[in-house]
Amino acid sequence: MEKFAGTSIVESLETRFKDFESGLNGQSKSPVHEIRRNALDTLVKKGLPGPKHEEYKFTNLTRAIEKNFDLTAPLSPFSLGSEVVKSALIKGLDAHNIVFLNGRFSPEYSDEIDVEGLEINSLEAALKEDPEKVESLFNSEADFKEDAFVALNTAFAQHGLVIEIAARAIIEKPIALYFIGDSSKDKLVYNVRNLVRAGKFAEATIIEKFDCFGDDQSLTNVVNEFSVAENAHLKYFKIENDSDNAYHISNTHVSQQSVSNFSANTFALNGAMVRNNLNIKLENEGIETYMNGLYLLDGKTHVDNHTVVDHKMPNCYSNELYKGIMDDSSRGVFNGKIFVRQDAQQTNAFQSNKNILLSDKATVNTKPQLEIWADDVKCSHGCTTGQLDEDALFYLQTRGIQKEKARAILLTAFASDVLENIANEAIKTYLEEIITERLEK
Amino acid sequence: MSADDQILEEFTSKEYEFGWTVDLEADEAPKGLNEDIIRFISAKKEEPEWLLEWRLKAYRQWKEMVEPEWANVVYPKVNYQDIIYYSAPKQTAKPKSLDEVDPELIATFEKLGISLTEQKRLTGVAVDAVIDSVSVATTFKDTLAELGIIFCSFSEAVKDHPELIKKHIGSVVPANDNYFAALNSAVFSDGSFCYIPKGVRCPMELSTYFRINAANTGQFERTLIVAEEGSYVSYLEGCTAPMRDENQLHAAVVEIKAAKDAEVKYSTVQNWYPGDKEGKGGIYNFVTKRGICEGDNSKISWTQVETGSAVTWKYPSCILKGDNSQGEFYSVAVTNNFQQADTGTKMIHIGKNTKSRIVSKGISAGKSQNSYRGQVHVMKRAEGARNFSQCDSLLMGDKCGAHTFPYIDIENKSAQVEHEATTSKIGEDQIFYCQQRGIDEESAVALIVNGYAKEVLKQLPMEFAVEAQKLLALTLEGSVG
Repeated sequence: MEKFAGTSIVESLETRFKDFESGLNGQSKSPVHEIRRNALDTLVKKGLPGPKHEEYKFTNLTRAIEKNFDLTAPLSPFSLGSEVVKSALIKGLDAHNIVFLNGRFSPEYSDEIDVEGLEINSLEAALKEDPEKVESLFNSEADFKEDAFVALNTAFAQHGLVIEIAARAIIEKPIALYFIGDSSKDKLVYNVRNLVRAGKFAEATIIEKFDCFGDDQSLTNVVNEFSVAENAHLKYFKIENDSDNAYHISNTHVSQQSVSNFSANTFALNGAMVRNNLNIKLENEGIETYMNGLYLLDGKTHVDNHTVVDHKMPNCYSNELYKGIMDDSSRGVFNGKIFVRQDAQQTNAFQSNKNILLSDKATVNTKPQLEIWADDVKCSHGCTTGQLDEDALFYLQTRGIQKEKARAILLTAFASDVLENIANEAIKTYLEEIITERLEK
Repeated sequence: MSADDQILEEFTSKEYEFGWTVDLEADEAPKGLNEDIIRFISAKKEEPEWLLEWRLKAYRQWKEMVEPEWANVVYPKVNYQDIIYYSAPKQTAKPKSLDEVDPELIATFEKLGISLTEQKRLTGVAVDAVIDSVSVATTFKDTLAELGIIFCSFSEAVKDHPELIKKHIGSVVPANDNYFAALNSAVFSDGSFCYIPKGVRCPMELSTYFRINAANTGQFERTLIVAEEGSYVSYLEGCTAPMRDENQLHAAVVEIKAAKDAEVKYSTVQNWYPGDKEGKGGIYNFVTKRGICEGDNSKISWTQVETGSAVTWKYPSCILKGDNSQGEFYSVAVTNNFQQADTGTKMIHIGKNTKSRIVSKGISAGKSQNSYRGQVHVMKRAEGARNFSQCDSLLMGDKCGAHTFPYIDIENKSAQVEHEATTSKIGEDQIFYCQQRGIDEESAVALIVNGYAKEVLKQLPMEFAVEAQKLLALTLEGSVG
């Protein structure tokens, strides 16, 4: 059934891939290109997910793309000034800033990084200078057979970053990646691929932020591949507060080795249609994983968070908390999967999804899913959907707080559970400000 | 504790208690499925023209459909041409009272523990017994008739109350609802029909007993319960099948309609043959059960204890259409050895202030897979809807699996929906505590499991609750240690 969804898109991509291949001069035999070709073949064979596809049931990206975008169009140039670029940066955050303009690495706006144990290269440069390293990371975590958008990215993503954090290196300042787009003249479509390796005992924080300026639509398709070695600590933030015309697809695939610690914090605050896939594989023992998410939606925004945590080995811990507030005719979709494989005894896995609907036109579709094959485990999930507590609202009003203000206080309190765990003060303050402003409006 | 000990002892020597067959002379249709077979079934049952047309339409739609594959179960595909779609115990004339029923049949039901004659006298439960495909005896019919209650086999109802059947058949589960419902609509052979008139409270539990006896047959029964305004009925269903090496198919449809202020309570203890320890044989149980709360303040409650069948695919659902209507689903699903169960419910909230409650307790042991799959859908107009779901899984042994697939779709801001699920095993400290009090391990497990499932078991009528408790202990036999 789903096979035929997006046929026209796939056909146009085939042509584009051939053009791209012929422009490669000799690189077309490299192993990376081999993977790209396989990814395209998979895409051609399977097509894009239609409305009957279980994983994309509520989020028909294929139709949105068909309607709005030409994936074969060349990348439009970035023509906005430095004022605009600077306005996208997180104020008060002391970080190693890396800036991408329309999906291309911009040396002009990016910081020079000279920190021991941290090596950051653009994907283009890395492919030329150190193809072996790219080969070892490219397609190592994300599987293009599983998801059509990963396949699309694998076949076409030319730009992105390769970040390597050496063993025992502790990177104090966060690494902030800003993806800034310009859709003021034309529609914007780009793929980005980031490859990150955190060595043994390494520690780092990575922040991703997406902004697009302009009235036309934009489509970003991002794939991140993180490999987290033994005892490493990696924190990942994703802030999506894009324009109303922004379509955004992101796949973050992570593998963790023993006693490592990974946390993902996903904030989806605006956009037309946003889809976040977060897949984490716990490959060894003693791992800790945290997944936090907040989606704060209004207008017609549609946000879909799909998470998978795959417990493969014993004695691991995972904790997931996703919260959402839906207003106007927005839609929030959540699907959280916890797999506990047969070997993964003594697993502790928790998941919680809480939603508040503020309008009768808003919808929430949630599916917290547990699949368990091991017996000595503690797993639970909980999920609630409701509205503000009338009693609490009334109580605040009796204390002389106006209804609107009282409502904002309660909603902020609801959202703050997710913010609470953020250690970096600058990020926390920045997000708190956005959220408070949004809720008080 | 002595009761539990007794249960365990009683069952230690047995595998599947109901695994015998009886040599009943049966009237069978040839194997296979085509329009002629459907005409044959319809003719055998002397059905009116419209019903035959309805069947044929369902069959044509079924041919266009594909077997669903989304369930979390794996089984070799059924060859629908290798099944006998009609098999009836041979009787020369329709019996007027129990005395005229084939003594072999009576003996069969006595073996099952439903002695039709005794039951009639002692327990006051009206029973409709369906063997293979045909209803063989209905007790207490006259007593019920005095109150205006109709409780009879489906084919009798087609003859005696065609207007009711025509009005209600397929109104809750349309013939083309899904693959198995369409198959059932085309070939159903019998089942039960129950009609409670306005304002009548059914004074006794109504009960149907299903048994597959003949080899290579499929059982396709259809149950229709209509509760008119302000009425109440509690309905029980039980089932068993002989032990056979090949898989047999059971595809039933149950439809319930509750008018204003009516209440229907439907309880099942499903104990079809689950296959042997190596996973050979057993029943495929692909059942569509759905109830609609049409009127305001109506209530439908499903209680199920699922212990049998090799593969179960079953989602008793409630459509809460009337304002203030209520839906309930209580389930204990136990899987052992190679059994697979994918079961759960759907609660569709349409009316205002509708309430639903889901309590599902899964227990998996051996190499079995047990899934809960459910949906709570609050529609736009369902102001003030309320749902609470709890799905717990208990794992016994490290080769089984427990899965939860809840879908929660909310389109109204005043909805209050809560879902929680846990998965755990029986605590070693719990077992240790029991052992320390002189309870051996196996009894301790039976005790803990019964406690775990109590919330559901207590919903069952008395006689069923006892049977269900015994079944739980029996199904989990030998799964510890």
